[in-house]
Amino acid sequence: MTTIPSNLRRVLRREPRVRPTTEPVAAPSERVEAPPVEIAPNDPLVAYFSGATGAVDISTLQLDSPALEGLREAGIRLVVPLVSQGELIGLLNLGPRRSEQEYSADDRKLLNDLAGHAAPAVRVAQLVREQEAEVRQRERIEQELRVAQLIQQQFLPHELPDLPGWQVGAYYGPAREVGGDFYDFIQLPDDQVGIVVGDVTDKGVPAALVMATTHSILRAEAPRLIAPSDVLTRVNELLVDEMPAHMFVTCLYAVLNPATGRLRYANAGHNVPYVSTEAGVTELRATGMPLGLLPGMEYEEKEATMAPGEIVLLHSDGLAEAHNPEREMFGFPRVAALTGEASDGEVLIDRLLKELQEFTGPGLEQEDDITLVTLGRRSAAGDGGSGAGRELAAFEVASEPGNERLAIDQVTKAVAGLELAGPRLERLKTAVGEATMNAIEHGNHNRPELPVEIRVVADDTDLKVRITDQGGERPIPEVETPDLEAKLAGLQTPRGWGLFLIQEMVDELRTAVDEHHHTIELVMHLKEAPDARS
Amino acid sequence: MPGAEFGAEVRQHDSTGVIDLHGEINLGADHALLAAYESAVRDDPRTVVLNFAHVDYIDSTGIALIVGLLARARKEHRTVRAFGLSEHYRQIFAITRLSDFMGIYPDEDSAVTATAAAS
Repeated sequence: MTTIPSNLRRVLRREPRVRPTTEPVAAPSERVEAPPVEIAPNDPLVAYFSGATGAVDISTLQLDSPALEGLREAGIRLVVPLVSQGELIGLLNLGPRRSEQEYSADDRKLLNDLAGHAAPAVRVAQLVREQEAEVRQRERIEQELRVAQLIQQQFLPHELPDLPGWQVGAYYGPAREVGGDFYDFIQLPDDQVGIVVGDVTDKGVPAALVMATTHSILRAEAPRLIAPSDVLTRVNELLVDEMPAHMFVTCLYAVLNPATGRLRYANAGHNVPYVSTEAGVTELRATGMPLGLLPGMEYEEKEATMAPGEIVLLHSDGLAEAHNPEREMFGFPRVAALTGEASDGEVLIDRLLKELQEFTGPGLEQEDDITLVTLGRRSAAGDGGSGAGRELAAFEVASEPGNERLAIDQVTKAVAGLELAGPRLERLKTAVGEATMNAIEHGNHNRPELPVEIRVVADDTDLKVRITDQGGERPIPEVETPDLEAKLAGLQTPRGWGLFLIQEMVDELRTAVDEHHHTIELVMHLKEAPDARS
Repeated sequence: MPGAEFGAEVRQHDSTGVIDLHGEINLGADHALLAAYESAVRDDPRTVVLNFAHVDYIDSTGIALIVGLLARARKEHRTVRAFGLSEHYRQIFAITRLSDFMGIYPDEDSAVTATAAAS
């Protein structure tokens, strides 16, 4: 079956009805235009003409073909298929001879010869036309790409913020077909700074325009609302009405107080940032739907305090979701692991890009935009020497049920000298008990020979209790709020409160996993941060 | 193993079954708590009151036991009320939303009186 119905249609539409070649060529005014006849790709006539060896008298043709009917209605008597390199590329359609005689054998031979010469010429003309159309299309796409790039670049920061005590790094690498990534730093009241990393679905100019809109709304609303959850809620409300169908924006928005290291954040479906800490790599998780999908969305707000020496990496999925020629993904675990090894934000960006290049190999076109932003709190050589803090206790308990009470007692003794008021001490005790119980039961599977290691560290602002078990093969699940109604209705087990309780008891909960260990870090702030929650 | 072992005694206060809990509420308290509840509802009271005044520790498995007990009482159309909770455990009952389904009172009299008024 030939695949050239569009060519056929074009020839049929444009070819004037060809006069019998035995007649002299008439003046243009005497030409009779045949109405165009559409031939469907699956019409049996296509197959018939493809296999025909010369002029076909269609008046005697027996085929169940709508196109054949159409040709007859248009007054066509003889059809000469134009075949070039075995491919049907057009038809010469002829009406009745003016003399009203039948086409003779000579006529047919002449027509067949003419078709044999005309077919390659028509094919060449078709190819030239197709090529011209392709060039125009390519130029249009290139032009669009230039526009998209221009919009994109217009809205990317021209310089990085200068934050005393912090090292800020950023990288933006557009894919050829610009992908809609963006990042931004927004100056906020009280020397706070807003940090945005986002990704618009879709590519090219539509994505760039949505990105520009999102960027502008964020810039307008962030300094007014401050709280990341409020900012994303507001941006979502404003975007929902503006958003083209099937498009949305993922976005992480964080507010940093450079003086205290306090980082508040909310996440609209964007990649989870990784933090390189002394205990390993941790994640900054917060739940929320992408922007622009549904009205009335709420965004969970979380906070963390970045200690000196810690680095947070914000990243778009162009990195983790890049593929190598074997279609394997670079992967989030690899990004997390590389972050965990980092001690310098800019070095981390270079390392990630180098590893990516080695992974994808040379010459592979980048699939999507890549955006990386790092915030590193400089080690506190000159800020009173609090550094990583002083160790108050380090001990182990055997993995036997009930030993969580030993852990609680030892931690309680270790923190006796700190300003941890009654109710907050009770909260810490509950968190230590639950975390140790989890480590004994889920991490070490109640095997007494496996120790749970507990380390208590404090600096000027924070108390940290790190509880490590030997169960690194299994990830620590995400904290979920238990559904009490379902439990009371008997639809769910009454259990499953541990991790939720821990999170609710402490100011910050961090988790880190390596090949062999889980670590849960419980953080209690010793002083109220000066930038109280807004 | 440190911590006081769990125990529970049942008595009647007016027509209400009161369960005096003491020690540590954790997974090990399972059978004793269930037995105490069954003893408390022997005369089919509308309300059961839990006395937490002598409970020194409740962990997440203990919370699960209380959720289980509350689920059963609701199925039997009984009200559960509590008193004697420390500030810390009041907070935990609020965070877990147990206190949305279980009246929390400062002392036994107010728990029982409220019960009488409600029934």
